[in-house]
Amino acid sequence: MGLWDSYRMRLRRRHRLMRSVRKARELSPVQNNTHAIRPNDILLVSTFRNELVRLPYFLEYYRNLGVDHFLFVDNDSADGTLEYLSGQDDISVWHTKHSYRRAKFGIDWMNGLQRKYAHGHWCLVVDPDEFFIYPFCDTRPIRALTDWLDNSSIRSFGAMLVDVYPRGRLDRTTYLPGQDPLEIANWFDAGNYTLEKNPAYGNLWIQGGPRARVFFADNPKKAPALNKIPLVKWNRRYAYVSSTHSLLPRGLNQVYDEWGGEKASGALLHTKFLNTLSEKALEEMGRGQHYASSREYKAYAEQLGTHPELWCKWSEKYINWRQLEILGLMSKGNWA
Amino acid sequence: MSVGILMLVHTALDRAEQVARHWANAGCPVVIHVDKKVPRKTYDRFVEACSDHALIVFCKRHNCEWGMWGIVAASQSAAELMLERFHEVHHVYLSSGSCLPLRPVQELKDYLAARRRTDFIESATTSDVPWTVGGLDRERFTLRFPFSWKKHRYLFDKWVDIQRFIRFKRRIPKGIVPHMGSQWWCLTRQTLSAILEDPDREVFDAFFKRVWIPDESYFQTLVRVYSSNVESRSLTLSKFDFQGKPHIFYDDHLQLLRRSDCFVARKIWPHADKIYSGFLRDPDGAIKMSEPNPAKIDRIFSKAVERRTKGRPGLYMQSRFPNEGWENGMTFGRYSVFHGFTELFEDFEPWLARATGTRVHGHLYAPERVEFEGAQRFLNGALSDSAKLRDYNPIAFLTNLVWNTRGERQCFQAGPRDEHVPVWFIAKDPNAQVSVISGSWALPLFKSNMNFADIRKEAARLQKIESDQLLALRSPYAKARVRIWSLAEFIESPMEPLQTIIDEIGTDPARRLAEAPRMTDLNGFGQFLQNLKNQGMHPYLMGDFPVTQSENTQKKPPRKPYLVQ
Repeated sequence: MGLWDSYRMRLRRRHRLMRSVRKARELSPVQNNTHAIRPNDILLVSTFRNELVRLPYFLEYYRNLGVDHFLFVDNDSADGTLEYLSGQDDISVWHTKHSYRRAKFGIDWMNGLQRKYAHGHWCLVVDPDEFFIYPFCDTRPIRALTDWLDNSSIRSFGAMLVDVYPRGRLDRTTYLPGQDPLEIANWFDAGNYTLEKNPAYGNLWIQGGPRARVFFADNPKKAPALNKIPLVKWNRRYAYVSSTHSLLPRGLNQVYDEWGGEKASGALLHTKFLNTLSEKALEEMGRGQHYASSREYKAYAEQLGTHPELWCKWSEKYINWRQLEILGLMSKGNWA
Repeated sequence: MSVGILMLVHTALDRAEQVARHWANAGCPVVIHVDKKVPRKTYDRFVEACSDHALIVFCKRHNCEWGMWGIVAASQSAAELMLERFHEVHHVYLSSGSCLPLRPVQELKDYLAARRRTDFIESATTSDVPWTVGGLDRERFTLRFPFSWKKHRYLFDKWVDIQRFIRFKRRIPKGIVPHMGSQWWCLTRQTLSAILEDPDREVFDAFFKRVWIPDESYFQTLVRVYSSNVESRSLTLSKFDFQGKPHIFYDDHLQLLRRSDCFVARKIWPHADKIYSGFLRDPDGAIKMSEPNPAKIDRIFSKAVERRTKGRPGLYMQSRFPNEGWENGMTFGRYSVFHGFTELFEDFEPWLARATGTRVHGHLYAPERVEFEGAQRFLNGALSDSAKLRDYNPIAFLTNLVWNTRGERQCFQAGPRDEHVPVWFIAKDPNAQVSVISGSWALPLFKSNMNFADIRKEAARLQKIESDQLLALRSPYAKARVRIWSLAEFIESPMEPLQTIIDEIGTDPARRLAEAPRMTDLNGFGQFLQNLKNQGMHPYLMGDFPVTQSENTQKKPPRKPYLVQ
């Protein structure tokens, strides 16, 4: 990377930040508890639409991990999400009716909130169907991880998406509010992922898993990206570029080792494949608000009618993070 | 008689207070040094909180920056105060705010009382130990370090380079030999007071003020001048990672720490409530006199360092994506590739599985689909048999397959029809065993019912691909165990090469092959090749086949399986 490239990246980052300032005007505060954020608090930022059924367990899970404050963007939910969240002191909510797609799939909004509230905080950016796991997450709170990262002068922490799915038809079991989705969807693909380096941003591009295997077997190049960097010690000069797959400045994307060693990493258990998906796929396809003309949702909607089986004989049943570490999907790195 | 504790504190003051009280309650005087960077208010509150205990006192504050003199100055002030104020102290133990006593204080007292003249301090000459991270060992003492390593890394490095270039060297004061070691020591009153009251102390201090990381060398060096009985080890259990930062202990280390029998451990995570409440309580049970035994903890942490620096061989994942040449094992383990065998032998795959007990796949890189063993649709790790998924990243397909089937050797077939075989990758991989019968691709064509013009075209294509594949396997970069026979060469005595390959796979070393795979009928193959030649397409990879086989072989009934005894 020469000077010119660095300069271009700098421009691109500035552009992102300006956008986020402009797009933040689309958000109107519904419940602003940000005054309660203390200097070392760990924050969680998320954007959603009609995810009420998932929120109770989502909040419980992340509160147990030790997240101190939640910053939510509600993209015009009609299912009573706002009512549900109101009155919870550790939650701040903004509402918007504007286009998710034109806010770079929510990234502009979240960059804006982070710029304003997350400066100097460890900040986790996840979707409501993503559950963050990291080494020792069953015995150590997330603060142990962030303290260790601080101590090791590490600014960002990678966690790859691991799609979990149920055995049998998706609509066989109905997901209920407050239920751990992993009780229903607890199978995953252990070893069919492909990695590539993205020369522009220096991040890894990971594809594979059940979505590539079932929905994109004919066109693997179009399979969704699974690499994510959800946990960052935020600075108001940082910006997510495309979802949480990559960031600027580029140094933040260097969550992998290139000299043979393993850096510490986690995983995001992606509990998309529940009975709620088919409804979601139909709605999102109609709205066309998702990445690449909702290509992914189109693929689901086309195939969900025939009830594709995601489970196969070699699917692995999820037990805990140690299992993922042994399988080589995540690593303890230097943390012991 | 008692042990005095010096405590250097800069954060987590509540934990420090807890530990200080624990020491003091057991009758050990504690002198606390609080970093000058801690705000006045916080400091005052801390002093106030501890003021009810007569055995806890505070010394003059210094600015402690990592790698700088301040930490030594702090230890000196604290030690002076300790020696002056508490006359019954015979050993002085230097610890930090995140250190935690693991054994009852009485055990430490007894241990030290039984070793009245011993100084416990890790102290080794610079030339003898490879500890240093960053490559500065002796130069720590002979160069100058005006720039902070933490804040101005660039200037720090450049200044070192410049001094090296002009061969700058400081003079080491007479009478001392530089030693280094862990900064956490336990010294006797005699030794410590001798160091602090040395008439030359100003000279030494002036020298060490300009040494890099003096807290790892000041006492370690001077102790060699005064002590008659140095035990070169630290009583504090402290493990370091690959960057020289201390490992941190959490609640889940509780049992490990218990069993280590070490006196003091650092660093403990301030929020590790279970550890603090587990160790900071009155001793129950009998007093032990065992020696510290940190072997198990050592193993865990050295494993962590190895994982961080070398990683798991053959693993490509989100936080390990080695550059070419840095894989430390391109694939997880050994595997075998058989190129052109299924064309020659009709029942090669089942035969190989029987002979070796390994998992034998068909053509994994077949153009139509992945031919997993037993025509399975998926394999370990949910690898799919879709050719498109495989061809999207053929190398990842192979590394995934080998990783997913750890502990079980994989064999698979290849050939020029399988264009997507990552032949260069396999050739460079020392884990690969590649056996090639070149030119056997012509056999299926010979048996096929295609038009001769098509056969000719296909033969030309396959020959071209195979010759490229052979180029890779024969290249000087190839690290795989490669064996190449031409078809003509191979059928001369097929059992010998087969025996060699199977011996090398080595599942059952003593076994001789009792049964041979069934070779396909080659009658007329020579003529077939001649026909191709007559059409201007010269097949050369299979070696020389006579146009007509001699009379007596032609008369023979189909060849019987041959046995080599």
